[in-house]
Amino acid sequence: MARLLLITFIAGPLLGALIAGLSGRRIGDKASMAVTTGFLFLSCAIAWFTFYQVTWGGWTQHFIVELFPFITVGDFQSDWAIRVDTLSAVMGVVVTTVSALVHLYSWGYMADDPDKPRFFAYLSLFTFAMLMLVNAADFMQLFFGWEGVGLASYLLIGFWFKKPTASAAAIKAFVVNRVGDFGFALGIMTVYWMFHTIRFAEFFPLIAAKAGTTWHFAAWDFSALDLAGVFLFIGAMGKSAQFFLHTWLPDAMEGPTPVSALIHAATMVTAGVYMVCLLSPLYEYAPGARGLVIVIGAVTSLFAATVALTQNDIKRVIAYSTCSQLGYMFFAAGVGAYQSAMFHLFTHAFFKALLFLGAGSVIHAMHHEQDMRKMGGLMKLIPVTFAVMTIGTIAITGLGIPGVELGFAGFYSKDSILGAAFASGVAGQPLGYFAWVVGVFVAGLTSFYSWRLAFFTFNGHARWGHDAHGHGHDHAHDDHASAAQLETHSEPDTHADHGHGDHKPHESPPVMLVPLVVLAFGAVFAGWFFFRYFVGEGQEAFWKGAIFNGAHNHVLEAAEHAPMWAGLSPLIAAIVGLLVAFYMYILREGLGARLAARGGPLYTFFYNKWFFDELYQATFVKGAKALGDLFWKGGDQKVIDGLGPNGVSWLAAQFGKGLGWLQSGYIYTYAFVMLIGVAGLLTFALMTLNR
Amino acid sequence: MTGIPILSAITFAPLIGVLAILVLRIFARPGDEDAVKRNSRWIALWTTLATLALSILMVAGFDSSNPGFQFTESLPWFAGASYRMGVDGISVLFVLLTAFLMPLCIAASWKSIEDRVAEYMIAFLVLEVTMIGVFCTLDLIQFYIFFEFGLIPMFLIIGIWGGKNKVYAAYKFFLYTLLGSVLMLAAILYMAAVAGTTSIPELMAYKFAPGVQIWLFLAFFASFAVKMPMWPVHTWLPDAHVEAPTAGSVILAGILLKMGGYGFLRFSLPMFPHASSVFAPMVFGLSVIAIIYTSLVAFRQTDIKKLIAYSSVAHMGFVTMGIFSGNLLGVQGAVFQMISHGLVSGALFLCVGVVYDRMHTREIAFYGGLVNRMPWYAAVFMLFTMGNVGLPATSGFVGEILTMTGVYGASWGSGTWTALFAATGVILSAVYALSLYRRVVFGEIVNPKLAGITDLDWREVWIFVPLIIGTLVLGIYPHLVLGVTQAAAERLVDAWRAAAGG
Repeated sequence: MARLLLITFIAGPLLGALIAGLSGRRIGDKASMAVTTGFLFLSCAIAWFTFYQVTWGGWTQHFIVELFPFITVGDFQSDWAIRVDTLSAVMGVVVTTVSALVHLYSWGYMADDPDKPRFFAYLSLFTFAMLMLVNAADFMQLFFGWEGVGLASYLLIGFWFKKPTASAAAIKAFVVNRVGDFGFALGIMTVYWMFHTIRFAEFFPLIAAKAGTTWHFAAWDFSALDLAGVFLFIGAMGKSAQFFLHTWLPDAMEGPTPVSALIHAATMVTAGVYMVCLLSPLYEYAPGARGLVIVIGAVTSLFAATVALTQNDIKRVIAYSTCSQLGYMFFAAGVGAYQSAMFHLFTHAFFKALLFLGAGSVIHAMHHEQDMRKMGGLMKLIPVTFAVMTIGTIAITGLGIPGVELGFAGFYSKDSILGAAFASGVAGQPLGYFAWVVGVFVAGLTSFYSWRLAFFTFNGHARWGHDAHGHGHDHAHDDHASAAQLETHSEPDTHADHGHGDHKPHESPPVMLVPLVVLAFGAVFAGWFFFRYFVGEGQEAFWKGAIFNGAHNHVLEAAEHAPMWAGLSPLIAAIVGLLVAFYMYILREGLGARLAARGGPLYTFFYNKWFFDELYQATFVKGAKALGDLFWKGGDQKVIDGLGPNGVSWLAAQFGKGLGWLQSGYIYTYAFVMLIGVAGLLTFALMTLNR
Repeated sequence: MTGIPILSAITFAPLIGVLAILVLRIFARPGDEDAVKRNSRWIALWTTLATLALSILMVAGFDSSNPGFQFTESLPWFAGASYRMGVDGISVLFVLLTAFLMPLCIAASWKSIEDRVAEYMIAFLVLEVTMIGVFCTLDLIQFYIFFEFGLIPMFLIIGIWGGKNKVYAAYKFFLYTLLGSVLMLAAILYMAAVAGTTSIPELMAYKFAPGVQIWLFLAFFASFAVKMPMWPVHTWLPDAHVEAPTAGSVILAGILLKMGGYGFLRFSLPMFPHASSVFAPMVFGLSVIAIIYTSLVAFRQTDIKKLIAYSSVAHMGFVTMGIFSGNLLGVQGAVFQMISHGLVSGALFLCVGVVYDRMHTREIAFYGGLVNRMPWYAAVFMLFTMGNVGLPATSGFVGEILTMTGVYGASWGSGTWTALFAATGVILSAVYALSLYRRVVFGEIVNPKLAGITDLDWREVWIFVPLIIGTLVLGIYPHLVLGVTQAAAERLVDAWRAAAGG
């Protein structure tokens, strides 16, 4: 029963994807949409049922449903399987809930797109791959899901394949993720040769014995577990768009907005965090690797927040915000508070999906305009969107009332993370203090850019009149020269029926608003309700060992006892951010634009995303092209062919006409003659030998 | 199945088709040209299908728990030499792969070859005989004959039905192969003289002196490295591919390249175990160079076929590295990678053939936006592009991860260095494969000549379906291959390690 249920849970979305993808044209748009969405809601129901069973119901023991073997060579044994524990159940709920809502939302958002079956097939395919990842019981299935979601992401970013920028962004996403997978693959190999197994359940109990041992890799001896942890974390950095490997995520906004909400905010990009938490038995014994996780996480949260301050594309602001919030989750895991990381992952899924889908609703209302400079004053025109976006903004900025412990989702999870970082500092991890300081500062930045987005869009004067708003999608190439600086990418305007006169923003249809309201509900209550289970008193009974904490790791309990001033700091930072945003965008409307126009060095630096794209373009992309040309035209053509075949024929020509046949068209005759000769020689030799 | 020489039957079955076509040609009257063409095609198709059926029967009767040779045949031949046949877990799947790709090649040539059809079909059928012979034979001399004789039909296929620059390509092909052949022949003669036998199983048991092994190894290596091809003797391959007709490329990439890897597994490791472990670090180095160097070169190509040809060289780098890793993972992975590459690269060359048949150019810049007119083609091409990139759930992944893991734990040489560099191949393959796909398939149709291009027809769909199924099934349930190769690979690795003291 449980087996059948769980198979349906995972295979349903795949079946939907296959039906819509292969026969979408035959069965029509409506049927394709219905079948994919139907399977998703079914999966979602099963996910919640599983979650209930695992946490409070009858499935007290974690278990694995094995389906059939995958790669099996010697000790390298992997299976297609469904691992059920609290971690997978939490992720299952997040994935299927957001996915089901996004499917529903897309009925409205993609209503005018001619390729609906393909879109829904990709969405369902993504969900399937993500569930495979989440429920993997060994590294091979994890890697399958890992790359499978990468494929779906690639396909969805490039969904509007006629746009060159979308295709470019899709490739960038895939390739940068592959850079992460390069580390991930090396991590898997290291684990295999260290433990002679790639099954989680078999390798976790062996870890403690390896603590303190060294491992020879390339020319050096490394601390064994740190090496494995770092390699695997490189994979997480790629998938979760962390510093150095983050460049693909903002460009991924080329995909349709529901995709951004599902894949590039709520689920796929959190896979890295999920993996680090899943591998907590490894990371608990790898302090060096965890140090790296803290630094990368903290730096990412700061970097992305500074960039988000200056962007004008509504989706890009949220994208950088996602990147920044993922940084929070990582440094939480790095200080040992995996529970807090998962908690933030959980609440973030609600409010970030909400913000993205809300942004989608705004974009829909604005006829596919994404530049916030051309918005403003939308509050009254799209009131429901305004309301839910405001809820999302309160949630992400972590506003709440301390003392009585009442607040929106982000209030709980962010406080839990910062408390844990502080506690780890107290416990002797200096990087914990570093993360805490950065985290508090970023909380202020987060508040500023989030409220800036809200005020810029919904308040102030309307900047979308006939003059400011052209039509649709001509804004992409305005006054910026290089592709890396393109800041607004509008989606293709498929509204054939929108004439030029119809510029008035309109509220979205109910099919889009319902998912928004559901997510808003989550953004309000998810933190308050689940706090005690994820990170509070009941956490051990809740996780049931799915997350491992070392004997000396008490950050979670200690986080509760942080001093008052430390606990209040993030809230104060958030309020300051809110006030500054209020001043700049409401009281002194236009101040922000004037500051931007002045373009100080810091502004330029942030606005250009710390020039990462330019740097990578100049080094890796140019380098690969130059090397490729060098090897091809220099190595292959000049050196190898020059010394090899061409050299031989040149020599032959020097020796006169006698060898001219070598280049003649009758070469086949000679080849034949040669073989006959060889056969003759062979016969002769054999005869002599056997005498 | 005792008593029936099934391996000989499979090997020489295509000759019946050759005879039939010859008879048809000889008795054809003037004016029957069209009938000859049509009937030659059908005869070739049915012959290859019958061969495939026999191979399937053979594989079904194969006992995969037995690591030794099965279906063995032995007949005295002449001058003390014997005709010996037999397959083990390593060779049996190559026989099946050959028999599987052949009917697809005939079908792929159905419309694109209009010139000298009967001769073309004969060349392919003869080629099939030699290729299956290579994998079935258990005699060194016989192996050499099949191995070298197979070049002739391939020369002809490139030289007669090839493109503009066919003479240069055939010349290069010839030159490199000549170099390898001569050295290998010398080694074979020496081995026969010293060991007093040409039977492969007996030679596997024979222990050559370590110093001698070095020279024999190098002589065989010259031949197999050219076939693989390994860097730096790979430059014949892109030219040969570009000039060959589509089906020729499929066979070249699908089967002929595998003979090098098969040769390493059948001869180098078991017969020269000491030398193999000595040279393993060199092979690792060359493999890594092949992976990185040719991936970067592939990235810069302007011709679709050349790009895929270069990517083949890179993929073969994984194979050589896995073979010499000295552990089960590497060897199993290498065999798997060869089978998988046979399917995926074969399919990619067929994908090129589809647009080449329509537009008669392989210039990447000519294309763009094909998805607008050819959605099914775009989907098929995407699937095989992902196979080429090594995405899990396609067969391409299994071989890559196993060979990399294998080499990471290699018994000799610096395995971790090799794995480190080889792993960059997973990044580079994504770069060149996806940028090719983007330039050919995505975007708007800009070139007006493409405005009327048509999607796959039913014949093409039926060619791709078996390849799609193969790529996915092996990607999801690789045990189908790994289970067959397991016992033989285990024995090979154990014997090697015991002999080399690894």
